[in-house]
Amino acid sequence: MHPWIGAGHDDRRNILEELGLSSIDDLFASVPPQVRVAGLDLPGSSDEESVRRSFAEMASTNTTMNSLPSFLGAGVYRHVRPSVVDAVLSRAEFFTSYTPYQPEISQGTLQAIFEFQTLISRLAGMEVANASLYDGATALVEAVLFSHRTLRGKRNRVVVAETVHPLYRSVLATYVEATGIEVNVLAPGPDGRIDPAAARAALRDDSCCLAIQSPNFLGILEDLPGLAEAAREGGALACEVVAEAVSLGILAGGGSLGFDVVCGEAQSFGVAPGCGGPHLGFFACPEKHVRQMPGRLVGQTVDEDGQRAFCLTLSTREQHIRRAKATSNICTNQGLMALAATVWLELVGSTGLREMATSCLARSEELKRRITALAGPWRLAYPSSPTFNEFLLVGPGPSSELVDQLSAEGVLAGVPTAAWGGSWPDGILVAVTERTSASDIDAFVGALGRVG
Amino acid sequence: MRRRALRTEPLIFERNPHRAGRRGYNLPPMDVPEVDPSAVLPAALIREPDPHMPDVSEMEVIQHFHRLSQLNYAVDEGLYPLGSCTMKYNPRLNEEVARLSGFSAIHPLQPVKQIQGALRVMWELGEALKSITGMAGVTLQPAAGAHGELTGILMIRKALAARGENREVVLVPDSAHGTNPATASFAGFRSVEIPSGEHGTVDLGALDGLMDEQVAAVMLTVPNTLGVFEHRIVEIAELVHGRGGLIYLDGANLNSFAGRASPGLMGADAMHINLHKTFSTPHGGGGPGAGPVVVSEALVPYLPTPRVVRRDDRFELVWQDPDSIGPLRGFFGNFLILVRALAYIRSLGADGLREMSEVAVLYANLVRHRLKGTYHLKYDTPSLHEVVFDDSIQARHEVHNTDIAKRLLDYGFHPPTMSFPLIVHGALMIEPTESVAPDEVEAFCDAMIAIAREAETEPELVRSAPHETPVRRVDEVRAARNLKVRWTPEE
Amino acid sequence: MTVPIELLYNRSHEWARVEGDTVVVGITHYAQDQLGEVVYVELPEVGTGVDAGDELGTLESVKAVSEFLSPAAGEVIEINERLEEEPNLVNDDPYGDGWLVKISGSTEGEDLLDAEGYQEFLEQESD
Repeated sequence: MHPWIGAGHDDRRNILEELGLSSIDDLFASVPPQVRVAGLDLPGSSDEESVRRSFAEMASTNTTMNSLPSFLGAGVYRHVRPSVVDAVLSRAEFFTSYTPYQPEISQGTLQAIFEFQTLISRLAGMEVANASLYDGATALVEAVLFSHRTLRGKRNRVVVAETVHPLYRSVLATYVEATGIEVNVLAPGPDGRIDPAAARAALRDDSCCLAIQSPNFLGILEDLPGLAEAAREGGALACEVVAEAVSLGILAGGGSLGFDVVCGEAQSFGVAPGCGGPHLGFFACPEKHVRQMPGRLVGQTVDEDGQRAFCLTLSTREQHIRRAKATSNICTNQGLMALAATVWLELVGSTGLREMATSCLARSEELKRRITALAGPWRLAYPSSPTFNEFLLVGPGPSSELVDQLSAEGVLAGVPTAAWGGSWPDGILVAVTERTSASDIDAFVGALGRVG
Repeated sequence: MRRRALRTEPLIFERNPHRAGRRGYNLPPMDVPEVDPSAVLPAALIREPDPHMPDVSEMEVIQHFHRLSQLNYAVDEGLYPLGSCTMKYNPRLNEEVARLSGFSAIHPLQPVKQIQGALRVMWELGEALKSITGMAGVTLQPAAGAHGELTGILMIRKALAARGENREVVLVPDSAHGTNPATASFAGFRSVEIPSGEHGTVDLGALDGLMDEQVAAVMLTVPNTLGVFEHRIVEIAELVHGRGGLIYLDGANLNSFAGRASPGLMGADAMHINLHKTFSTPHGGGGPGAGPVVVSEALVPYLPTPRVVRRDDRFELVWQDPDSIGPLRGFFGNFLILVRALAYIRSLGADGLREMSEVAVLYANLVRHRLKGTYHLKYDTPSLHEVVFDDSIQARHEVHNTDIAKRLLDYGFHPPTMSFPLIVHGALMIEPTESVAPDEVEAFCDAMIAIAREAETEPELVRSAPHETPVRRVDEVRAARNLKVRWTPEE
Repeated sequence: MTVPIELLYNRSHEWARVEGDTVVVGITHYAQDQLGEVVYVELPEVGTGVDAGDELGTLESVKAVSEFLSPAAGEVIEINERLEEEPNLVNDDPYGDGWLVKISGSTEGEDLLDAEGYQEFLEQESD
């Protein structure tokens, strides 16, 4: 008898008796014999202590970002995670409940999502935002499909900056393969940024979307106003992808710079790195396009007594109703992660977010300064290009080997770009956050000195 | 029992409008030189401070979300019999292990030797899912069931292309969940409906007529959305395979037969599994879920990347493979959800998983037995872990399934799934799952019977429900007509 | 409830009012009743060419989306812009202010029913 199964032996017998059956097997008579199995080829059940011990052991073999100074980024960032976030997420009323299809007993979830939509739309500089998507990579996909739909399917090309995260671009390639949308990748200039004139030329007059990430994969800030203008001239929708959401604490969201979509990854807002998931995609756009927006949406309304209430709305765009004509494949949002971000943003506050972003910037600039001051083989790949909290570092050898050597020197130095070749030198992407202390910086610089 | 007062909770933006300098969190102290952003960043990119973003204290946040939580019904409160959602208990052990910093504080792009424990979790889960389903290959990457469906259909598409075939059609039963045809059309196929026969199962004659060399795949849910097992599944698979098509199974209802039947033996080529259904990971108010896909030998080459592979006692990642369909999202999958599912599988074990489906089916049949006669059962065929009634008896008194659902809220239960599948008008799809004690299932049946009586004697009470919830019936039409999806300062 | 005598109907519950070279199109009372309260109407662009039976646009209620089809061949010359702010007109006055589009074209040769024929069709449908 397992504790997670509610019926005891006697319970089962009593119910079978009530149903006039002699054995549970009778209930499975409709399962044809050819597909039956007598049991599973798995170990038997385990008590809680044993499971706890075996998982603790597996967890302990991993090197966490708390155990050594860590500078890993490339789309997953190590920001503060206040204890309040997990305390709220652990409330059963939030984490064990379902999608709020019955609004009368889900106002907690619905109001939290409404607050999330408000926070994201304000950060993005847009009028509306949805209830979240799976992650940054799929958010880019949704932005491309959205652009295609909004222009009524008459333009089948999209131009995507090469400096959009290579992983996001691979996911886009998987998706568009079936749709007939052609993706053209636009290389950055020697400063690691996309030139608006090059973007305009690449768009021609048959593209539906120009997708730009800022800060980009190399950590560099793109010329967003210039690129928005290029898209406008080309008759395409301008889409900003954000992989490091804390940057919105000090940088303007694309909506206020002329972009038509701001989307990306909000894992930085209180979601654990968690070896890559679950994370938190977001999507924001002007109100005039709200019906083309993918994913779930919470709207404000009233109940029978005129009291303010919230409910899911515009569900008819979603696939459980529109079926073959749905706006997208997304059926769910990342509900609990959106809640985490909502709690985090409200706790940190607008002042706190600005301070955090400024802290990230200051620490990153300090590390860049210290590296530049080092004699020796290490150098910044793009010393003159503006960055926020991440930059590309080139050293005396292949990036993966350097990362291994620096680990041995006690520093998780960053993400090697070896796996993602492109119009940039092979190097290490170094990310810095408000959690990177002065002694972490010393450790990093010290380790660089001992390697190469 | 007296009720206690529940205050309505304002939006966070309605707090501290006069900017009283409240603080919710203190950051680590600045131990590096300060920087003036305008000195370092291009001026055009710098954000203007937004006076309408909140600044509140820590306790305000705690109280805000505590009060909001009190407005929600949850699985922990009572029966949540949503058909096809499998709202079972979310074990606290799962929550504990998923929060180990050895799992939560690792980065997916660390060198593989630094995250062997994480790769082991994924490897073991993959092997367990293959074992449970009798299938040859697996991907843990998809973030949800629908995501898994798309993954499976894209693999099927690639496999057929590799065979040099250009099939354009996917067949889907009329009882299927909307994600099925949506996925098919998204992947570039045209979806065609197979009508259900008189028992609510696939009409084999109709399938025979529709299955030809234009059909790439048939998407089936087993048991189907009525909880009825497709008892001719082997024949169906043979028919489809015989004409060069593949079988996609929607695994949403795996809770009904895990440990008893094998999708591999059914002839499945791909099947997604909803970890947030069968394998107890929490629904989270609408995610995150996880939708791993198990595949037959034929589809193994096309599995997404990156993949976890085992070499002796080490684990590695394969990021590139020319036959793969590529990645469907960033990184490996919803890893912290995968951890929970593995903990569940290890805890239940082979014997526990079999018990799980037994009791799930037992309870659903108890509900069927108790409510039959009171509510109309359109299809008399035996059902497994869920049962679909409809409101046609109550409709004679102008009481519809929505009204019954809203009245159930007054009895302290979450309603069943409504108006699905589409082939049953006014449907009420009930899936109790195996988690609760029998008392809870019985209390639910008593409530449903009481409401049926009310529908006859006091229909207006049912039509005007709910009466006891934090808000009364919500005007969803107005929400769609006067669209307001964020707070604005003019309030 | 009887349907207006002067209109023509098709089997997908749209009506057509012929005004010289123009055909006014809407959905019937039965259709709006089935749909429920309309929250949004998606109308075609003026200038779109259509054949009889083509999808002209969609009508959204809270729970469903329904296409409406053209009963005539021709070109869309006018759309009912009031429906953007007042989609409820489709429910409240389906044969009058709730009209959907005007097409320059003709219903000639199309397999449409007259009022009596449509009434009979409705009675068969509900059997």
